[in-house]
Amino acid sequence: MPTVHFTDAEGAVRDVQGNPGDSVMETAVRNGVPGIVAECGGSLSCATCHVFVREDCLPQLPPMEDMEDEMLYGTAVDREDNSRLSCQLRLTDELELFVTTPETQV
Amino acid sequence: MGAHTAEQPAPVADQSVPTRTGLLIIGASQSGVQLAVSLRALGFDEHITLLGDEDHRPYQRPALSKEFLQGTVESESLIFRSNEYWAEHNVDLIKGEYIVRIDKEADGSGVAHSSSGQQFPFKRLALTVGARARKLEIEGGDLDGVLYLRNADDALALKARVGDAQDVVVIGGGFIGLEAASSLQKMGKNVTVLEFGPRLVGRAVGEETAEYFLQAHRARGLDIRLNTSATRFTGADGGTSVAAVELQDGTVLPAQIVLVGIGVIPNTQLAEQIGLTVDNGIVVDRFALASDGTTVAIGDCANMPNPVPGSEPGERIRLESVNNAIEHAKVAAYSLTGRREEYAGIPWFWSNQADLKLQIAGLCNGYDRTVLRRDEERGKFSVLYYRQGQVIAADCVNAPLDFMAVKNALAKGQNIPADAAADPATPLKTITTDS
Repeated sequence: MPTVHFTDAEGAVRDVQGNPGDSVMETAVRNGVPGIVAECGGSLSCATCHVFVREDCLPQLPPMEDMEDEMLYGTAVDREDNSRLSCQLRLTDELELFVTTPETQV
Repeated sequence: MGAHTAEQPAPVADQSVPTRTGLLIIGASQSGVQLAVSLRALGFDEHITLLGDEDHRPYQRPALSKEFLQGTVESESLIFRSNEYWAEHNVDLIKGEYIVRIDKEADGSGVAHSSSGQQFPFKRLALTVGARARKLEIEGGDLDGVLYLRNADDALALKARVGDAQDVVVIGGGFIGLEAASSLQKMGKNVTVLEFGPRLVGRAVGEETAEYFLQAHRARGLDIRLNTSATRFTGADGGTSVAAVELQDGTVLPAQIVLVGIGVIPNTQLAEQIGLTVDNGIVVDRFALASDGTTVAIGDCANMPNPVPGSEPGERIRLESVNNAIEHAKVAAYSLTGRREEYAGIPWFWSNQADLKLQIAGLCNGYDRTVLRRDEERGKFSVLYYRQGQVIAADCVNAPLDFMAVKNALAKGQNIPADAAADPATPLKTITTDS
């Protein structure tokens, strides 16, 4: 089962198991991970599901499309090179992903 | 409650009047869910019952006219929280119970009665009852295939019919109508949109944006007819299923599905029954408290003081959006935990129609100037709205950078000078000023 390890801005870690095909955002929200807001439910409209992906996990992820790239310029905490919107990251069978959530999403 | 006579001593445990405890949230909606979640985040430790009249776990509505209709997301993806989450957070989820009457005391406690005869006692009450689709009352309106799109069952009914349909008439050129029309067109249907008014999207956007959407949809092959209304729906050979839509001018459009999206009516019946002040929604104060001072009402069903900085004193507004459901719920969560926090953030909205991604920041009411930014090549279009030189809102199509810049500026009380904003090559973020 895919697993996502969410570390919050204070360093607290929460490990959540998800279903292949679901997004990292959905997995977080359904389980109440507090660092992910996701107002728009994954339609790439709000930029409140921002995560920082651990560098060595980045190659496993799908490339970023233009809309995600532009939305990332509007996040509450400024983007870094390893920023992604977690609604665009789909879980695959054996994925083990480490992400950090920003201090605030709004 | 005076339920017992002097001759009858009160039974030790009277099942008919259960102990009044905890918070009862009526409406398992976006705002109802957010209220429960925010209360737990604030440390509210009383029992919470989140009650809805649908036979589904609480779900997200926006996708119903888009991804869910098109079959690109599964119903499970629309569920807000896992069952485990609700159990862990001590929130009782009640499905399929329709509240018909509430007995409420002056202290805010009471008992809600459902149509199935169940009773739900409470110490405090929250109304997150939303709104219902406005019905089109014309001849043939009750034929099979004349549909609305407000909840999951509506969407399932539409999906169930869509396979056999070739021609769809959408009545209403607002967000719901245009989103559904775009989805159905993408699914290969022959779609006609009838709009009663002279432009699309009614009051939600300005003239320029309405005109942009009209041209863009027509360029994508959608048949949109403004200033047009249906006079009746007819079945084929006296059958019970809709087959055609007749227009004022006598035109007859074939339609195996008619989808009506002509706005919503806030659900105020329960509020009226318990004597709360109602005026285009349940009237609440800045802290989401209704006129009894104890019940909270939030989201689509609530009429609140306009939360946008700089609005006229006494100005009221009822907003229908996800963002409002969330922010208003947070205000109510503070109220219910004894704190007073005002509405935070700037109202925003989105609507995805075909490849047109509309994002709206702020409310454009009362604007005196607009600035257009167009990048034809990259398909970007934004309108900024100004009042007395101050930016108050923006409609942005496929232009998230503009949307984000305006949303952030509004949230920080900043301005984006109009003259400089008119150059679409200039990023708005770079010309934002502390006003």
